[in-house]
Amino acid sequence: MWKLLPFLKPYRKQAIVGPLFKFLEAVLELTVPLVMIRLVDRGVAERDMPYIWRMAGLLVLIAAVSWGFALICQYSASIASQGTGTLLRNALYKKVSGMSHAQLDKLGTHSLITRITNDVNQLQTAVAMLIRLVVRAPFLAVGAVFMAMTIDLRLSLVFVVVMPLIALILYLIMSRSVPYFRAIQKKLDRISLYTRESLSGVRVIRAFARQKEEEEKFYAAGDDLAETSVRVGKLSALLSPLTSLVMNGGIAVILFCSGSQVNIGRLTQGEIIAFVNYMTQVMLALVVVANLVVIFTRASASAARVNEVLAIEPDITSPKDPIPFPADRSKPAVEFAGVSFSYHADAESLVLQDISFSVSAGETIGVIGGTGSGKSTLVQLIPRYYDATEGEVRLFGADSRRYDLKALHRKIAVVPQYASVLSGRLRDTLSMAAPDASEERLWHALSVAQATEFVEKLPNGLDTLIDQGGKNLSGGQKQRLTIARALVGDPDILILDDSASALDYATDAALRHALRTELSDITVFIVSQRVSAIRHADRILVLDDGKSVGLGTHADLLADCPVYREICASQPGGGGRR
Amino acid sequence: MNRKALLRRLLAYTAPYRVFLLLSFLSALVSVALTLWIPVQIGQVIDCMVAPGAVDFAALPPLLVRLTVTILAAALFQWLMSYFINLIIYRTVKDLRNRLYHKLGTLPLSYIDSHEHGDIISRVVNDIDLVADGLLQGFTQLFTGVITILGTLFFMLRADLWVALTVILLTPLSLFVAAFIAKNTFHHFHRQSETQGKLSGYVEETVGNQKLIRAFAYEEQSTKKFREINDLLYLHGQKAQFFSSLSNPTTRFVNAIIYAAVGLTGALRAVYGGLTVGQISMFLSYANQYTKPFNEITGIIAQLQTAMASAERVFAVLDETEESPDAAGSLPTVKGEVTVSDLSFGYSPDRPLLTNFTLTVPAGSTVAIVGPTGCGKTTLINLLLRFYEPDSGVIRIDGTDISSLPRDTLRRSYGMVLQESWLFSGTVRENIAYGRPDATDTEIKAAAEAAYAAPFIRRLPRGYDTMISEDGNNLSQGQKQLLCIARVMLADPKILILDEATSNIDTRTEILVQRAFRDMTEGRTAFIVAHRLSTIKNADLILVMKDGKVVEQGTHETLLAKGGFYHTLYYSQFAT
Repeated sequence: MWKLLPFLKPYRKQAIVGPLFKFLEAVLELTVPLVMIRLVDRGVAERDMPYIWRMAGLLVLIAAVSWGFALICQYSASIASQGTGTLLRNALYKKVSGMSHAQLDKLGTHSLITRITNDVNQLQTAVAMLIRLVVRAPFLAVGAVFMAMTIDLRLSLVFVVVMPLIALILYLIMSRSVPYFRAIQKKLDRISLYTRESLSGVRVIRAFARQKEEEEKFYAAGDDLAETSVRVGKLSALLSPLTSLVMNGGIAVILFCSGSQVNIGRLTQGEIIAFVNYMTQVMLALVVVANLVVIFTRASASAARVNEVLAIEPDITSPKDPIPFPADRSKPAVEFAGVSFSYHADAESLVLQDISFSVSAGETIGVIGGTGSGKSTLVQLIPRYYDATEGEVRLFGADSRRYDLKALHRKIAVVPQYASVLSGRLRDTLSMAAPDASEERLWHALSVAQATEFVEKLPNGLDTLIDQGGKNLSGGQKQRLTIARALVGDPDILILDDSASALDYATDAALRHALRTELSDITVFIVSQRVSAIRHADRILVLDDGKSVGLGTHADLLADCPVYREICASQPGGGGRR
Repeated sequence: MNRKALLRRLLAYTAPYRVFLLLSFLSALVSVALTLWIPVQIGQVIDCMVAPGAVDFAALPPLLVRLTVTILAAALFQWLMSYFINLIIYRTVKDLRNRLYHKLGTLPLSYIDSHEHGDIISRVVNDIDLVADGLLQGFTQLFTGVITILGTLFFMLRADLWVALTVILLTPLSLFVAAFIAKNTFHHFHRQSETQGKLSGYVEETVGNQKLIRAFAYEEQSTKKFREINDLLYLHGQKAQFFSSLSNPTTRFVNAIIYAAVGLTGALRAVYGGLTVGQISMFLSYANQYTKPFNEITGIIAQLQTAMASAERVFAVLDETEESPDAAGSLPTVKGEVTVSDLSFGYSPDRPLLTNFTLTVPAGSTVAIVGPTGCGKTTLINLLLRFYEPDSGVIRIDGTDISSLPRDTLRRSYGMVLQESWLFSGTVRENIAYGRPDATDTEIKAAAEAAYAAPFIRRLPRGYDTMISEDGNNLSQGQKQLLCIARVMLADPKILILDEATSNIDTRTEILVQRAFRDMTEGRTAFIVAHRLSTIKNADLILVMKDGKVVEQGTHETLLAKGGFYHTLYYSQFAT
């Protein structure tokens, strides 16, 4: 957790002032019983009215000053904790922005989101607690014992016994219930798994008439959960009675011993009241300490998860002195030279194996193969979403790693298999790659992507608001938008990664026709499982299990690539027709 | 539903545990009374030790013994109270959850299809927890709180009217202060949670789409916008946190004032009215105890409100209309003839999909359903299996009206393989035997063999005992489909409903799946949502669907000859 300390640094002032004033408040709080002793012992015993009034006034004064101190502390705490949280979120977000695809895959977006939101919130709470309570609670506990000692050293021995005893009870009960809580969470997860399965599989369950069995399974899981919950309930129900038992026991012992002390004049009534008071204070403070321990345990888990992200260095970055893109179009636009790739470090699981080919500018290349053949992986190496494990990917004649990364991403547009659009105006999502794109350019891109018609029909045209996840658009509409979006940036290389799967055959064909006629000078990669989508490409690359098994026109491949023939045979329209 | 009805309904669920409920309230009563008695007794002990030489040693031992017993008993009853409450909470949670789960099984498919699953799951898992926790804990706290207030009032008034009045009159002050702060910080909180929601949404969207953002070199813009929201969150968050954190020191301040006032009036009454020092000590303890329930009340009310909201969400599901009760008919050995007469159906009344649809499928023939994506090809399947009920018209199997059969009987006569292969978390073996849990090992293996699934199952790390994780992520799409086919093979139904996968299956597995489909349809009546040319061509009847309606029907040849929508659809596959 201490690794995150630098984020608290800009709030050093608050981090010192806050606890300091909390400390002062605690000191004042400890003097309250002392004042009360005097009020009772001198004021009441000697019937000294002005003294009683003065002492009561002093109590009010102490309360008011304490209140002021507390406010200063709370204010510092709110600034320091929220500020630290804000800084942490910024740092995390920036880190995520620089991550490569491999790093994103490894951590998982869901987990990253939780870290930026929940984990930072946990840490924020921890910082606030650190400032507000970490000084106060232990100080109150220790201070109460100390004050008790000044009143009567021998009687204060009771505190020496009671305090560790309460601490021990808190520790034992809490440490024993933690594993139970984890078990309960697991059992609850199972309940939600069964519920999810019963919903997603509702047709199958009903088709096989297995509702009763599913219900029994669920009931058993429920029984199991209830049993564990009752067990942990029994345990944690002990906490409060046991601690107050020990506290009251301590008070009883003090009372038991104080009779003779009062009798010989070593103790006054007011002092007994003070003892009782301090005893209560010790217990309350210890309970707070126990809660603090819980908060910090949780926070340190969060801190570890946040640190893990912060420690990541982006593994795909721009070179120090990037080279400019050549104007010369004679060099091959894309060239793979002995490229092998693996998502994991071990060479056993090569996704691509020794791939070499070269594509001239303006060419259209189809990439086909079964699932797991490495099609998608291959095209993702072109814009450096991943770097080749072995070999070199060359763009416009130079190693792709020598270009500026952002410039490279602007030159190459990828339309992914799963169409995703950002929420906001349709116009903004279209012009992501070129924020200053003219109206005309947007419409042109839409027309190539076969999206003019549906965008025109939208109530607000280009200014239509897209919901998060593009929920107000159909799959086909989203897909056409993502294609148009890729074109707006005026890329040199366009990669369609199985991105026409939600389009019907006719639209798909019209799209390919428009690409060929309107954008004849850009290099296009079309990845597909459908033969019909790629058969008219200039050349087709056939992949099988990560290896290139054919490269040529549809006719060539039908003639001499068995894998290609096999694929064609399994698809409508793929057969012998030319 | 109004609050009172909601509450009454909820409490009805605790009825089986009425004894525990009674016991827990009794324990609460006893434990609170004893806890309140402790300061009184401490005061009495202190009063036995007035000054040097004036200690009443004779009176002390019995007082101390009584105190010790009271302390022990108070702890015991406090524990009993929590124990009983826990018992009630967890059992009620279980009952309510089981009831809700059972309810899900009786709801028509239309409910499950039209509601977000995440939301339903959250009702089953989270809402029920909130209901039980909130209500029962809320009530216990309320109950003990009220007893505490009444008890302290009783003891205080018995000891001294004036000091008691001081406490009673000043206490509401802390309540007012807390309410005042809560009221004035509400809008800060509101703005904070609004901004927090905005930030979470933005993070979820942009981090979820990080690859897209990278692809478009959009990092700077997205970071800039994130910072803007984040700064706004700081602004509102800091205010909300500060103002809300005022309530703790402020109530403590008010309590300290009350404490001082009790000290003052206590001392004055001691001087003029004969109040003892022991009683002052009791009053000082009570000043704290009496205010505590008042301070907690805001929290309790919030908790109860959350519980009510959750209860409403739970009851909303429990009150949904269930499927019509099952008829009692029976179906002798199925031959597989399916007739549909005059069927009309629409998911919503204003959009009829099938109108007066009629179809006769002789036993053993194959019907292919084709059409563009999203044209409603699954509608007929939904009706055949009675996942949905037709608006009018009759479907018959071997001449028996399917609405006169119990649903389970009807569904057992079908075998279904859906495009999105559904497997549950369990072993491969359990998944294959899903339709016939009593199947022998030999039968299971034979079914896997027949579905061409056996070779890959044997290659799995633990063969037939391999655990399939949730959603079967450790299997490929094609392998999952083969398992589903094996499942149907084992059940050996006379009528098949098959949904071919469009893509995402690698070529080799695809060939196996097709072969398995072909073997399976042999001698069985089959409805196939078809994407494959071979399936379409060999079908005995093709239903062509568009926009949810059957627009054409016939064989491949007759439909092509007709030159209609099927003709267009078929040739668009070859368009360039």
